Amino acid sequence: MKAGALPKLLLSPSVLLVLVCVYGYIMFTIYLSFTSSTMMPAYDWVGSAAYRRLFNLENWDVSVGNLVVFATLYISIAILLGLLFAILVDQQIRAEGVFRSIFLYPMALSFIVTGTAWKWLLDPGVGLEHTVRNLGWESFSFGWIKDNDMAIYCVVIAAVWQTTGFVMALFLAGLRGVDAEQVSAARVDGARTWQIYTRVVIPQLGPVFVSAFVILAHMAIKSYDLVIALTNGGPGRSTWLPSVFMYQYSFTRNEMAVGAASAVLMLAAIAVVVLPYIRAEMKKATHG
Amino acid sequence: MGNIKQRRSPLSRLLLYAVLIFLALLFLLPIYVMVVNSFKPLDEIRSGTVMALPLNWTVEPWLSAWSTAQIGVQATGLKPYFINSFLLVIPGVAISTLIGALNGYILTQFNFRGATILFAAILFSVFIPFQSVLIPMAKTLGVLGLAGTVKGLIFVNVVYGIGFTTLFFRNYYAAFPVELIRSARMDGADFLGVLRRILLPNSAPIIIVSVIWQFTNIWNDFLFGASYSDYSSFPVTVALNNLVNSSTGVKEYNVHFAAAFIAAFPTLVVYLVSGKYFVRGLMAGSVKG
Repeated sequence: MKAGALPKLLLSPSVLLVLVCVYGYIMFTIYLSFTSSTMMPAYDWVGSAAYRRLFNLENWDVSVGNLVVFATLYISIAILLGLLFAILVDQQIRAEGVFRSIFLYPMALSFIVTGTAWKWLLDPGVGLEHTVRNLGWESFSFGWIKDNDMAIYCVVIAAVWQTTGFVMALFLAGLRGVDAEQVSAARVDGARTWQIYTRVVIPQLGPVFVSAFVILAHMAIKSYDLVIALTNGGPGRSTWLPSVFMYQYSFTRNEMAVGAASAVLMLAAIAVVVLPYIRAEMKKATHG
Repeated sequence: MGNIKQRRSPLSRLLLYAVLIFLALLFLLPIYVMVVNSFKPLDEIRSGTVMALPLNWTVEPWLSAWSTAQIGVQATGLKPYFINSFLLVIPGVAISTLIGALNGYILTQFNFRGATILFAAILFSVFIPFQSVLIPMAKTLGVLGLAGTVKGLIFVNVVYGIGFTTLFFRNYYAAFPVELIRSARMDGADFLGVLRRILLPNSAPIIIVSVIWQFTNIWNDFLFGASYSDYSSFPVTVALNNLVNSSTGVKEYNVHFAAAFIAAFPTLVVYLVSGKYFVRGLMAGSVKG
């Protein structure tokens, strides 16, 4: 049906909000990254100075390096565990719903709650180390969260705990759609269960791997709350991510242009991951 | 897929359950530690283990977390911020869900130029890192006089929630039987009549999905809260982080655990009551096309 005046009128506020508050603001942030803004936005065009400064900052190098480590481990572990959980839960077990709910409940929590729980769980003075020592193993040591080189792995642990159930749900939906006839055929041919999974089932889950990768990658790039609650970027700056860098430089270090430049780079990283996916989804949507 | 596992020995079944139960316990561990230690006096946490049940049960940490713990300079506990979060989340959810329903209806039932591009633009908007709009939005809230207010947070959460709710309803209404709408139009239903009489009464599942999704997202938001609110308008997540990360002197782990549980409570209840819809929202939010 052709849209009359009323539908257009009612849709326009949303269109306007998305255009202004998403795309307009992105343009504004890009513009700011080419200015000399410090504490407040300034509007003088100074070219790529902020980007040159950004690339010379060790804090930025550390943040990007941490993101690479964090994203790689987080994405691969969450996908592997999510697939494993889905396969385990898909064995016609009793109380399947209970297990699914238990694996998925962390997803309902705020990252601040998750961060707080794991902060003390991983804290050597009160959490696991303290507990194991009090149980009699006096020399047990687990102080990653206080260790510059290891703290980033604590962020990985908490993030994996939070999202594995979600990845499991994605894979479960995929498993339920696997072609049953191929599976039976493989079974008749005498294939073992693990062979059926590696040769028949998992190859059919390609789209789920792609979805899971896109979602986890974009979550990794955006990660902020969890780091703030778990380590607050520390010890030192050893768990800084680009999101932490952006906040620090924009709002506490009075280098807004540099902060804006870092936000632009975060957006670019997400666009690289997400745009091909959106293109594919759009094609699916228009071609049925 | 059940047909993969026909010939199963009892032993491998046993092993399967052992693994599943072990993993389930591992996943419950953090919440167990939170709850158990929130009922212990502080010295019991220090001298004992985080795994042990309390010897002397006490609700002191909960009372402290709720009404007397130090948040910044004020000894208010989480209570005022918990209320702030509700004042934020109720209108935030209602407005964004309503707008989403309206948009979904218009985008699926009417043709107009640029609809595909508009859809792609909305789709991408749900992925953007909010860091890329954080600075100009701060300025906007300042200009509108909404900086540091709950109203400002409602506005921000609605603006960046519309993308999700619109996608939920668009996908739901795209699969809606056309005949029903057509016959209602024949009977003389106008634009809003179709929405009110035909679509909305049949939208319960997607309304629940949208409400739960938005409730969880807005309740759990931290970045907007940390950026745009002050002591009068902090949501509970920001207050919790303040309590845990800026407390000087003695670290009251038991109070922190109780506070974390209080902040988690509303979304946990929603999850337990309507987990099915929560999962549907996750799936719809991830396979967006």
